[in-house]
Amino acid sequence: MTTTAISPHPSFSESFFSSLYELADGERIRTCLQCGMCGGVCPFGYAMEFPPNKMIATLRADVFDRVIKTESVWMCISCYACAQVCPSKIPLTTTLMTRAKEELLLAGNVPSELQQALEKSDRYNNVLGESPRKRADWAKGLKYSVPLMGKDKRSADVLWFVGDYASYHPRVQLVSKAFAKILNALGIDFGILGPDECSDGDSQRLAGERGLFEKLATKNGQALRKYTFNQIIITDPHAYNAFKNEYPALGISYPVKHYTQFLLERLDQLKPLLKTEAKTRVAYHDPCYLGRANNIYEEPRQLLQAIPGVELVEMSHNHTTSLCCGGGGGGMWMDGFQWEKAHARTTDWRIKEALAVKANTLAVACPYEPPRFEDAAKNNQEAAELAVKDIVELIADAMSD
Amino acid sequence: MSQDVFVIVEHLRGKVADISYVMLAAARVMAQATGGQVVAVLLGNNAAGLADNLAADRVLYVEHPALSDFTSAAYQTVLDGLLREQAPRAALLGDTSMGGDVAAWLAARLAWPLVSSCRSMGAEGDALKFVSQTCGGKIMAEGDLPGPSALVMMVPGGYKPEQGQSAQAPQVTQVMAPSLEGLRVTVDSYIEPDTSDVDITKEPILIGVGRGIQNQDNIELAQELAQALGGVVCASRPVVDQGWMPTTRLVGKSGKTIKPKLYIALGVSGAPEHVEGVADCEMFIAINTDPNAPIFDIAKYGSQIDMFDLLPVLTEQVQQAKGG
Amino acid sequence: MNVVVVVKLVPDLVEELAIDESGTALDTTYLRLIVNELDNHAIEQAILLKERAGGQVTVIAPDLEGVDDVLFTAAAKGADRLIKLTGDLSAVNNFALANALAAIIKEIKPDLVLTGVQANNDLDGSVGPRLAAQLGMAYVGYVSGVTPVGDGVKVRKEYAGGLVAQMTVKLPAVLGIQAAEKPPRYVPISKVRQVSKTAKLEARPAGDLDTGNGATVSRMFKPETGAHATMIEGDVDEVADRLVALFKEQGVL
Repeated sequence: MTTTAISPHPSFSESFFSSLYELADGERIRTCLQCGMCGGVCPFGYAMEFPPNKMIATLRADVFDRVIKTESVWMCISCYACAQVCPSKIPLTTTLMTRAKEELLLAGNVPSELQQALEKSDRYNNVLGESPRKRADWAKGLKYSVPLMGKDKRSADVLWFVGDYASYHPRVQLVSKAFAKILNALGIDFGILGPDECSDGDSQRLAGERGLFEKLATKNGQALRKYTFNQIIITDPHAYNAFKNEYPALGISYPVKHYTQFLLERLDQLKPLLKTEAKTRVAYHDPCYLGRANNIYEEPRQLLQAIPGVELVEMSHNHTTSLCCGGGGGGMWMDGFQWEKAHARTTDWRIKEALAVKANTLAVACPYEPPRFEDAAKNNQEAAELAVKDIVELIADAMSD
Repeated sequence: MSQDVFVIVEHLRGKVADISYVMLAAARVMAQATGGQVVAVLLGNNAAGLADNLAADRVLYVEHPALSDFTSAAYQTVLDGLLREQAPRAALLGDTSMGGDVAAWLAARLAWPLVSSCRSMGAEGDALKFVSQTCGGKIMAEGDLPGPSALVMMVPGGYKPEQGQSAQAPQVTQVMAPSLEGLRVTVDSYIEPDTSDVDITKEPILIGVGRGIQNQDNIELAQELAQALGGVVCASRPVVDQGWMPTTRLVGKSGKTIKPKLYIALGVSGAPEHVEGVADCEMFIAINTDPNAPIFDIAKYGSQIDMFDLLPVLTEQVQQAKGG
Repeated sequence: MNVVVVVKLVPDLVEELAIDESGTALDTTYLRLIVNELDNHAIEQAILLKERAGGQVTVIAPDLEGVDDVLFTAAAKGADRLIKLTGDLSAVNNFALANALAAIIKEIKPDLVLTGVQANNDLDGSVGPRLAAQLGMAYVGYVSGVTPVGDGVKVRKEYAGGLVAQMTVKLPAVLGIQAAEKPPRYVPISKVRQVSKTAKLEARPAGDLDTGNGATVSRMFKPETGAHATMIEGDVDEVADRLVALFKEQGVL
């Protein structure tokens, strides 16, 4: 007698399960030990009705629809902590959590903050809902040249993909301006896409909007194809993740580097320019999308150590155990929702860790982080003197004008 | 056909709405140019007394039990006949929940031109000129009001209600109501606004939160400032629609009209629908990171500073000033 | 219940608006159009009625920038029939639009016509009441709730000050929607894309788009910034200091 592994009329749980097998290493979900490490290490695991281990339990019990009826999964900030510790090496973040979010969107179960962010991304090519025409306005009147591809040149050595927050958010624009300073000082032949650049779409993808991601990626691909350049450098780890790991499958394939890798390659040229010494104890926060997602841990640290006066210290969570700032997987746009559910912010925790090692500066390397950590620092009276700076800013500060 | 200017009086639950006086003020400007009279048109039941302080040359009063409450159907029927017969130079209605149910319907039925969102009327030689607002208040449009008869829907802002009020009661002429049988719209009941909450129309110090507050959680920051100042938090439509504040706190077109001594608008763009609700304000301060926000054209003082940076600092300074 | 939803595409106010050379209209070089927010609410209300009481939902929109996406998104939410009104609709007023729509809606013979109670570019009143006059239907605007009952519907009509009137309206009727009972739902792009492959867009010509005896705009301009607020410059502390000084002047502190 033969039996089929999947019944002729698959239940929701069954079809969800099999959809996971189609994703890279997705079939590892079968080997879940139900050990609970994922739910335990998850920064918001305690606030979820169904942390990842329980989600898998419901799948096996054929009652996964219960999960889709709750808002539990939206607490996931796609930080890869669970995937990092899983003994069965299940890529939980990219398979289970992302697919679950896709199902939630299809079921219409979506927090209003996220809905607005997704709609803005689609309509204005940036998640902040700002006019696309103003994407390069941050560079206007800047004393450092920021060439626009198409307008100023059609080919360059390096294409700098800037990103949404770095283009529009007042705090993160400061990082962009600092990076422009560095590129000019190093004499790099670069250009930016300007108004033709769209959101990389990676966080939207991890928030369950695969269709939106592909739409944005396609637009970026079309813009990039118009010009010639040797490589793309990216100041945003989320965009770096998209360009490195997701865009090639869509036919958009270029050599890409995160700025820490790019600058480290040129350390011999950079170091002599770092003249101003500022004595400061720096704690470096590993962004999830540089660290756990892409294994870039040392380059940022080496860069920091090249800055005169910097004393590098490690917080209790560092490298693979780094604590997410809470912005991934849609989290950046769901502040109200997260607060309602958890009444706690991962950033508050991180600020305490920085203070515990007596850091003067919390160094970051991701555009989500300066505003998020600065907000948290404002909530903590002891952090009044704690500076939050992107490594780019620390480097630019060490350079003369 | 006449050169008179008709004003369709809006009243609800025994009280004449401010927009009616605003329209009377506009009508006076128009009538002076046309040489006609300002004629208030009052529809109601046992409502003739409402005409007492209308600044009109005369009042046409239509009484009928079916006019006890406002309904689109009743007003459409009465005004269709009345305007067709009288053919005034212009008929003004409010660009409101009442006027909005009737004016464009009449325009289609009578084949009269209609100008809406009108803030003020003027005259240039023989021509009557309208000035209307559009595109969220960001653009103004002006032009001639076509003849021989036209309809105008007015929004507040161009005139103070006092300009349309009179100490002298005008002459009232009662006009026969047409048959109002079988109307397709009837009132079942009213739902009163929630009175368990604070009445923001009576508060002298108000902090308004708009879309810029970003989420419900941040409203606490506004509450803290309000508390320090001895005021109350109110909101614009987007905030109320999200459920972050109750409708009792809504300021604007479909909400309440406030007349505070001090109003601080946080992250409010200044769209007409909201600003309409700020009738009078001694000190209007707007905080908005968008330098082009229309609110800066209405506020007395403004700052582009990020409200999330400002609020904790300002609240603390106020607390200290009060005796901390 | 057979419901028609009328949708307008209006200037997107996120983009900076400019006046054209003639000085009488908006410059269209960078002008983008977006679905009228209140029409989105009308679509949502129509879908809610269909989910509760069955029936058909037809959405009609003018053939302007972005219309296909608007119609397919409506279909993805549950709309059954999609009609694109074709012709030169870039500069029509609501008088012309209502005439064009009335001809099409007459054929459909709906029980209800829903449309946003106003749009940001209305200058000759809104479309809803004009349609009601043309179609010989009842009209109620500023509606925030619709419930079928017998041969009519019960509606919540909003007045200023938070007062709400519960009214009964005999069908067929046109309703001007202020807010749907729930915020407009989200549809994933993959679903819209899927629907776009199978859903049919019917093109119906608008016919004569005579703008009638309506008023013409002789001048369009940005409001005076003469009465602009006095801007307070400086960092957080400086702004806070100035504000506290103003509060003291006012007698509030």
